This record gives sequence, C-alpha cells and structure tokens, in this order.
Amino acid sequence: MPDANSLYGPLDPAPDAGWVDAEPRMGFFTDTSVCIGCKACEVACKEWNAVPASGFDLLGMSYDNTGALTANSWRHVAFIEQPRPAGHRTPPFEGNPTGAAVSPASAAVAAGVGNDSGTDPGVPPGQPPAAARMAAGPEFLGMPGAQPPGRGSGAESRTDFRWLMMSDVCKHCTHAACLDVCPTGSLFRTEFGTVVVQEDICNGCGYCISACPYGVIDQRKGDGRAWKCTLCYDRLGAGMTPACAQACPTESIQYGPLDELRERAAQRVATLRERGVPEARLYGHDPTDGVGGDGAFFLLLDEPEVYGLPPDPVVTTRDLPKMYKRAGLAALAMVAAAVAAFVGGSS
Amino acid sequence: MSPDRAPVGARFRRFRERLTAEGPERFGGPGQRAGYGAPHPPGDVEPVDRPRRRGRKDGGGEQLNVPPAEFTSYYGRPILKAPVWKWDIAAYLFTGGLAAGSSMLAAGGQLTGRPALRRAGRVAALAAVSASAYFLVNDLGKPSRFHHMLRVAKLTSPMSVGTWILTAFGPAAGLAAVAEAAPWLPERGVLGLARRLLPPVGQTAGLLAATTAPALATYTGVLLADTAVPSWHEAYPELPTIFAGSALASGAGVGLIAAPPAQAGPARRLAVAGAALELWGSHRVENRLGLLSEPYAVGTAGRLLRAGRALTAAGVAGALVGRRSRALSALSGGALLAAAVCTRFGIFHGGVASAKDPKYTVVPQRERARQRDGQTPDDSGPGAGPNPG
Repeated sequence: MPDANSLYGPLDPAPDAGWVDAEPRMGFFTDTSVCIGCKACEVACKEWNAVPASGFDLLGMSYDNTGALTANSWRHVAFIEQPRPAGHRTPPFEGNPTGAAVSPASAAVAAGVGNDSGTDPGVPPGQPPAAARMAAGPEFLGMPGAQPPGRGSGAESRTDFRWLMMSDVCKHCTHAACLDVCPTGSLFRTEFGTVVVQEDICNGCGYCISACPYGVIDQRKGDGRAWKCTLCYDRLGAGMTPACAQACPTESIQYGPLDELRERAAQRVATLRERGVPEARLYGHDPTDGVGGDGAFFLLLDEPEVYGLPPDPVVTTRDLPKMYKRAGLAALAMVAAAVAAFVGGSS
Repeated sequence: MSPDRAPVGARFRRFRERLTAEGPERFGGPGQRAGYGAPHPPGDVEPVDRPRRRGRKDGGGEQLNVPPAEFTSYYGRPILKAPVWKWDIAAYLFTGGLAAGSSMLAAGGQLTGRPALRRAGRVAALAAVSASAYFLVNDLGKPSRFHHMLRVAKLTSPMSVGTWILTAFGPAAGLAAVAEAAPWLPERGVLGLARRLLPPVGQTAGLLAATTAPALATYTGVLLADTAVPSWHEAYPELPTIFAGSALASGAGVGLIAAPPAQAGPARRLAVAGAALELWGSHRVENRLGLLSEPYAVGTAGRLLRAGRALTAAGVAGALVGRRSRALSALSGGALLAAAVCTRFGIFHGGVASAKDPKYTVVPQRERARQRDGQTPDDSGPGAGPNPG
C-alpha cells in the first residue's frame, strides 16, 4: 500500500520506494555565501563521472560560460553581477572604477547566445527582453565587456555591485517528477534517497526532461539518452564523498545526512542574519514545499529566480489523480457522443 | 568535442560585431533605464501581440487579465528545459486521436449496419495506429530500445499507461482491419477457412478496439499535462476534452470522406459533438489561464489554433449543409481532419513556447507563492521581501 503522501507532501523517499533497510537520506547543502566561483566542482564532476566535455566557448554574459545544467554539465556554477552592495551593507568598491560598462544592449544580445554543449536542449538561448530587464539599466557590468568596468563612464555613474556565485546541481527531490513519469523504470530511487538514471535502460523518450520543474535533466546529442547528476552513487556506496563536495575548496558544497545538513543550514542562516546579511534564505530545505523538499538544497542571497531557479516549484504528479479523473470524464463524453450519434437521428 | 565546433572566441567576436553593427540604441541605449519596474519592455521588444480574439461578442467580452510581466531571471535564460519531443509527437497526437475516432466510428457502423462506415473506420484506424507507432518509436533518443517501454507498467507515468493502451488497441484495430479483406479471399482451402473465420473475429476485435479507443484519445491530454511545462500543466482540466473532441471530429472526417451520404448521418452528428467539445476546451484554455493562455494566442501556436478553429467551423458547416452532396461532405471531412492537425500542433507549440520563456515559469509561481504567503505568515525572514534592485 503506497504512502498517502507518495505523490505529494512530506515523505521519506527511500522506504516509500520499497527499500527495507534504507540508509539515512544523503544530500547536498550548497552554501552560496562562501562560493568563490572556482568551478572545481564542475571539473571534479566531469572527471569522476567521465562526462563528455561541453566545449570551450564564451557565452558573453558573465564569467559563467557553462550556461546551465545540461546532460554534459551536472554541476553548473551560476555567476550573477548585480548593482547591489555586497554583504555587510558597506559599499565595497567606493573608490574603484566600477559602474556602467555596458548597457542592457549587451545583456539582450548575450541572451541570444546558446552554447552548443552537445546536448539537447543544452544551453538554450535566453530571452533578450528578459535579459535586458534583468540587467536593470546601465549598472550591468556585462562581462566580458569591451573595456574594463567603469572606464569611460565617469565617477558620477559608478555604483556598488556584488557578485553572486552558486553551484547548481540536481535537487534529488523527495517527489521527483522525472522518476514518477519515467516509462521504462530507468530512473530509480536509491537506498540513499537519491534519484539516478540507469543508462543501460533509458531509451531517450524525453518525458523526464519536460517533467523536471528545475530544468535539470537533459538529453545528450548523438547518444539520445537522458543524463543528470547521480550524487555519485558509486562513491556513496563505498562510503565516499561525492566528487564535487570533495573538491570544493571553501566547503560551499557540503555533503552528509540530510537531517544533519538541514540543522547546519538553519544555524548558518541565523549566523548570517545576525552578521547583517538579512537577504540570506534557504531554498529547497522545507519538506512541506511543492516537491516535498530537495535532497540538494541551497542557501541563497537573493530571490531564487535570480539564480535561474523556479521560485515555487511543484511536482507535476501532485495533480495526476485529478488529471486522470478529467481524462475519464472526457472519455465518457466521447462514448456518450458516439452512442448518441449512432442511436439518435434518422439518417 | 565535435570537430565542426566554431573556433574559440568566434561567438564572442560575433557578439561584439552585432553590438557594433546594431548599436546600443536598438536596445534602448545605455542612458535609458530598463529597470524591473519598467512598464514597457526595452526598445527591442516588440509589444506582445494582443491576441486577435474572434467572436469577442459571444465570448462574453471578458478581458484577458494578464499581470504585467515584471520578473527577474538568470540572464533571460529559460528555467525549464523545453520538451525534446520533435514534431513526431505532435503528429502522433493527431494520428492517435484519428485512430481512436475511426475505430469508434467503425464499431458504430458495425453495430448499426452501416458497412461503409465500418470499413472506412477500420482501415483508417489501422493506418493511423501504424503511423502512431512509427512516430512514437522514431521520436525516441534510442529507437532500438523502444521495447524497454514494456518493462514496467506505471500508473504515475502517463506514457507507460499510454504504451499499454496502445498495446491493447493496436493489435485489435489491426485484426479488425485485416478482417475487411475476407471477401477477397478464395472460397476454398486454408484461405477459405480464413474467409469464414475472419468476419466474426473482426467483429470482436473491432469492438475491443472501440472499447479502448476513448482511453487512447484522452490519455494524451494527461501525457502533456503531467509535465512541468507551464501552459500544458495548468491546462490539465481541458486538454483531455480538447483531444477527445478532436478525435471524434477526426473520426467523423473519415466517415464523411469515405461513406456515401446515405450512411454518413452518424458521422455528421459526431462532427458536431466533437467540434463542440474541442471548441469549448480550446476556448477555456485560451482564456482561463491568465498569463499562461498567452502562448496559445501568439506566434505559431496562435496561428495554428486560429486556423484549427476556422477549419472546424467550416467542416461542421459543410457537413450539415452538404447532406446530399458527396463532394461537399468529403470536403468538410477533409477540413475536419486538417482542423485536428492544426489543433494538435497548436497545443504542442504553445506548450513548448511556454517552457522556453522564463516569464511563464517565474511570474505564475511568484503569484502562487504570494497568495499562499498572504494566508500564512511569511517565515522566510526579513530578506524575503521584493527584490529591491
């Protein structure tokens, strides 16, 4: 008998999936307040998991040239430049030549750039209008610009700005839509509560890709199958730390039992707020949220959508019983219409 | 990775050239702020095409209540991955519906003694279900592994459910169609035995196919709705209805094309019923969802859905007027089939467009979170206020 919460609500996923002696649920806590954007996690992940190279290209929007999580990038370091003071409310670059280097123009043009990552949809081009809006006018730094930030714009137009960096990864949701909709059983729930694709089963139907509310899982071109972070299932089984967490030099990526990580994260948020970073907030930690809480959750310094995360994701299968009911009603309407068409009428 | 990759830096050089060539003015210029609260998007944005809404009078005159799209995103990049399904899946939506509608028409013809309807319906159902199988396998990333679909039966996966529906429907529809060949078989020998056995087998198979047909026609609505694609998911109450109506209209189209006017009465009535379901459903989808209705009203999807509506109306009108004319009936049958194609591709493209623009992900989710937090105290702390940037 499945749990009443097996489609939605707080749940311990591994026992629900049928594991009798499940391990404690493991996960990631990614504290973006100490991320330095070194991308060691991206490299370590590629090396350990033998993920194909995604090419070397410049996206022209920031120091982020990976662009998005794809089938060939299972960690993605987002890099955001904002016309906002960095933490502690002190203007840190008061005397520095910062400020308007490039306009929304560059943001809009850059958004149209898609990096051919050898996956599909890969790093899709963005929406120029949205990028221009996000650039918030002349304060956008638009790396790599034609010249250093602030040069030629005059001291009066100089503004504060901050850099946000965040290593994104598969969230290993409690209610994983990709897993629910997989028609081959290729995606499965491990004893650690994580979600893994079996590459010898996947037939590339692509359903998981449309189902993921975070846009994580992706199809590899030429291969056709869906790929994503496995939370280093092979390393976990041997009692080791996943490659990205192992490689992270600032412990921005922390790996451990989820309960422990949640406690640690709550403490970290409290500490940050105490120290004058009121915008610190957790994302994906709450077991009562739309996906039942994430196995990989984050400490963010701005709204989730700034980092390219959905603000309020809900697992699509929450509504599945209602969908089937609607389909049943429509099917009955079809039968009724057909019976009426053949029985009624004179010709 | 790939040998045909552009040389390093080519993309950046292109970007710089475009910037020089098109000039910052194109985007509003550096002096012009395009902040979060800007009521109008910057200069490069064409104003969103207000959907040209037909039948405004009988539509109740309600206004599309679309909130102004003010939101932030990660450099304008989509949050969701757009569906990787190629046009095969949109085509399958049509052929699957056609197979279902035709087999119901065939069963009706079989039970009420209208052989022309029965024959046309069975043959069309077999052709359509074979095309469906081709489209479905062809769209897989690894077509050689199509049989992995048969490893499991999963209620949480509409695609798995659909696989089993098709597995039941396909052979039954095939057998029913093959049975139509019985009169051409010789009267003696093994084939003579087949000639005598096939008709009753075909009757049973035809009824079996017609029993599974409603499920085949409507599960595709759940298939699309059970995704994170905003405009598909939020349309879940209507999608099965639209597809059911479209399937009935397709079946009716087959009947109108193939049957003489004397036998086509039920097809005419089916066309009316199917068109009513389809038009009601798509009207709801295009008006009920607020911002998420927009992808169905603009661009390719908007054009396809408008064309579908016009063709449906023409097909139904032709079917009703052309009671005695074989040519007019066939023409309206063709219009109904074309309408079904347009509707299916329109719904498909609308969803894909909604996944590609972060606006359709962020704005409705923000609104949902705001409404929820309005009821319960905000517990995400002082930093959770609106973005001051």
